[in-house]
Amino acid sequence: MTQTTFTPTTEDELSDIIASAIGPFDIVGGGTRHTPAGHQRLSTAGLSGVRLYEPGALTLVAGAGTTMAEINALLADNGQRLPFEPMDHRAVLGTTGEPTLGGMIALNHCGPRRVQAGSARDMLLGLRFVDGSGRIVKNGGRVMKNVTGYDIARLHCGARGKLGVMTEISLKVLPLPERTATMALAEPSPIAAVAGLSKALGSPFEVNGAAWHQGRILLRVEGFNDSVSYRADQLAGLLPGLTLVDENPWDDLRDARFAATTDRDIWRVSLRASNGAKAAERLMGMGVDVTLDWGGALLWASTDNGFDLRSALGGLHGHATRLRGAGDAPALEPAADGVAQLTTALQKAYDPRGLFNG
Amino acid sequence: MDMPIPSAEILSRRADHIAALKSVVPADRVIEDVIGLRAYECDALTAYRCTPLAVVLPCNTEEVAAVLKLCHDRGIPVVPRGAGTSLAGGSLPTADAVVVGVARLTDVLEVDYDDRIMRIQTGRTNLSVTAAIEEDGWFYAPDPSSQLACAISGNIGMNSGGAHCLKYGVTVNNLLGLRMVLMDGTIIDLGGAHMDAGDIDLLPVVCGAEGQLGIVTEATLRILPKPEGARPVMVAFGSSAVAGACVSDTIQAGIVPVAIEFMDRPCIEACEAFAKAGYPDCEALLIIEVEGSDREIDHQLALIREIAERHNPDEIRESRSADESARIWLGRKSAFGAMGQINDYMCLDGTIPVSELPYVLERIGELSKEYGLGVANVFHAGDGNMHPLILFDANKPGDLERCEAMGADILRLCIEVGGCLTGEHGVGIEKRDLMHAQFNAQDLEAQMIVKDVFDPKWLLNAAKVFPLDASEARRA
Ligand SMILES: Cc1cc2nc3c(=O)[nH]c(=O)nc-3n(C[C@H](O)[C@H](O)[C@H](O)COP(=O)(O)OP(=O)(O)OC[C@H]3O[C@@H](n4cnc5c(N)ncnc54)[C@H](O)[C@@H]3O)c2cc1C
Repeated sequence: MTQTTFTPTTEDELSDIIASAIGPFDIVGGGTRHTPAGHQRLSTAGLSGVRLYEPGALTLVAGAGTTMAEINALLADNGQRLPFEPMDHRAVLGTTGEPTLGGMIALNHCGPRRVQAGSARDMLLGLRFVDGSGRIVKNGGRVMKNVTGYDIARLHCGARGKLGVMTEISLKVLPLPERTATMALAEPSPIAAVAGLSKALGSPFEVNGAAWHQGRILLRVEGFNDSVSYRADQLAGLLPGLTLVDENPWDDLRDARFAATTDRDIWRVSLRASNGAKAAERLMGMGVDVTLDWGGALLWASTDNGFDLRSALGGLHGHATRLRGAGDAPALEPAADGVAQLTTALQKAYDPRGLFNG
Repeated sequence: MDMPIPSAEILSRRADHIAALKSVVPADRVIEDVIGLRAYECDALTAYRCTPLAVVLPCNTEEVAAVLKLCHDRGIPVVPRGAGTSLAGGSLPTADAVVVGVARLTDVLEVDYDDRIMRIQTGRTNLSVTAAIEEDGWFYAPDPSSQLACAISGNIGMNSGGAHCLKYGVTVNNLLGLRMVLMDGTIIDLGGAHMDAGDIDLLPVVCGAEGQLGIVTEATLRILPKPEGARPVMVAFGSSAVAGACVSDTIQAGIVPVAIEFMDRPCIEACEAFAKAGYPDCEALLIIEVEGSDREIDHQLALIREIAERHNPDEIRESRSADESARIWLGRKSAFGAMGQINDYMCLDGTIPVSELPYVLERIGELSKEYGLGVANVFHAGDGNMHPLILFDANKPGDLERCEAMGADILRLCIEVGGCLTGEHGVGIEKRDLMHAQFNAQDLEAQMIVKDVFDPKWLLNAAKVFPLDASEARRA
């Protein structure tokens, strides 16, 4: 049976659809990450297009359904980018379609540059959304510093659409660097690797990529030509044997493409950097494939199907998400009681009829 | 400034409430005498004062929880307080409220350079957070000008910024986790030493909620290695509009300055008279600071010079030494003191899109003439966060009111051009009733929903942030 798809083109239309809804929705942006639950579909495709772009003010405002491809192309034409390296899930999830801005915020994307540039949340300036009662809301704005009222815009970062349907998003953008340099050093032990990464990230040389992948430490520095050479030299001094390599491993790391070719379960684990090292060592002993990013604070694990990674981590992690695969364990990390109560109450307040529960 | 009428019922049972407080925490945590209470009757928005019912200064999270639970059960309002340097009246008490201050929670709980985090109790002052790690070559980035006095708790309450936030972000961008007590006494942890959340993340809404969602007692902060060096360049211009254009060109050029500060003629003149920094005689002045090794700094300063020269500056003064840097910063750092010497002043805090700078400065000039009150502009230009200082005479009847009316006009102007009411000081009581100018009823409702969830009885700092008419039905 084909599902009804709503494709509103205005907030008012969206508000009417939601207000008169009788059952839950699957909110669909590009459909590259979300497996629809089979509900009626609410597409953001009609809420797209760049509304404002001021390179001189480092500001971009666009409809939530705007594709990342359109945004990235526009920014690149003007020598700018979204610095937090949003992930493209198509490779690991085997999906098609075009990732959208709304999906990126709903998942609070961030790639290797998280260690320096933060996540989508850190670059979000404001947004407009329609909640589960059909209420049209704006929060934040288009300026860089704004503490006017509660920051409910950032609540949507990582909320997976559970608090409402985003319609318009404002972001801070940054200039592209003149040069990017990648350096590598062979290191089989995750413990020694994270110690090395910590050394690099604890230096003043502004490392903005720090990973351990397939037995190598990988570091990245970016900026003006001359400054990049200088910092690369300094880092090589800190970590003897570290050498410049002519490759770009960062896009693969960002998208976890290294795990795409297998049919194993894929987990994304956020944890304290030093725990990343310990967890990696422990998991490798259990036959799990491990890659570390963010200086050890992000762990990618490919496991046998149904493997209960959270138990294996034994409390070392902040949270673990199963990105691909199935099993008895929930895909998202359950929150502690007090926090779960607040989160559930908040969801209920924005979406009393449970239209966006996924 | 309207405040809700205090509850006569609570006031009449004051002795009983104080006895009860002393039964849940050691008696020396409670301040009840008139002299002792005086220190808590206002924050840095000194035009408004009110003596609270009592003040409690707990020594740990559990004591905070015991006090909140008691107040919750008795229906007593609570005003959280850090160091009381809010410029918006954020920690202004009401007569029927218990002020719960975190001034005694000042410990460093953990420092881990390998993991680049630091865990502290939130009563610790901003400057002493950096002081604890500075010798090892580290720092905590958000640095409000009030950093000597203000506490991390208030920084979290207001999501405070600082001179370095152009490069490093504001409090929310440097806060990884926190422990807080809800109004009913529940203790919760949000985030931690890891870098993101797995699901809905409540941390960013607690940060900046002005003490309305709970009392934050501990925080995990992201700390950073100090840069090798930093040096400013000062550029003088014949007009504010041209200075504005130079700001825009600079940030677009791929340079990420740590700070771009702007001062206009009235401000420059006051600073000259006060601090004798040797600033040039000009209409507008930019101080742009960059970081890195000497070589990197030289390169960036050369690029900035190139950009500035396209705008025909009156003068460019590049710092070549620590001494010269200090001279360049001297005037800027004494700006508020300098203005205070010549006048009473009110410090505004709106943000505008950087591109609107010339227009907004022109309009502020016109408003200054209309109201007959002087204005000096000094602000963080890189991110459009303006701090117009309106000069008035507190002893002259009607001057404060005129000053407030003009301030409101300037803030409305900020909204009109696509900006906002407050960039870093918060809403408090000061901008509470202007919220209608920025948000409609639906927007406000969507924010108040969050408070309903965290504090269903609306006991925490309830007369702030939201216009009183908007929050009336919720406030008991
Ligand atoms: C001279 C001067 C310069 C300043 N410069 C700057 C600047 O550059 N940038 C900037 O952003 N601000 C600046 N400020 C404003 C002020 O210093 C900041 O808002 C600061 O963060 C307030 O900290 P505090 O500890 O004094 O907080 P308080 O004034 O005590 O409280 C501020 C708010 O936080 C809440 N709060 C306090 N403690 C807690 C807690 N434990 N849990 C939950 N909520 C709590 C309060 O209820 C209140 O709403 C300046 C102020 C002055 C007087």
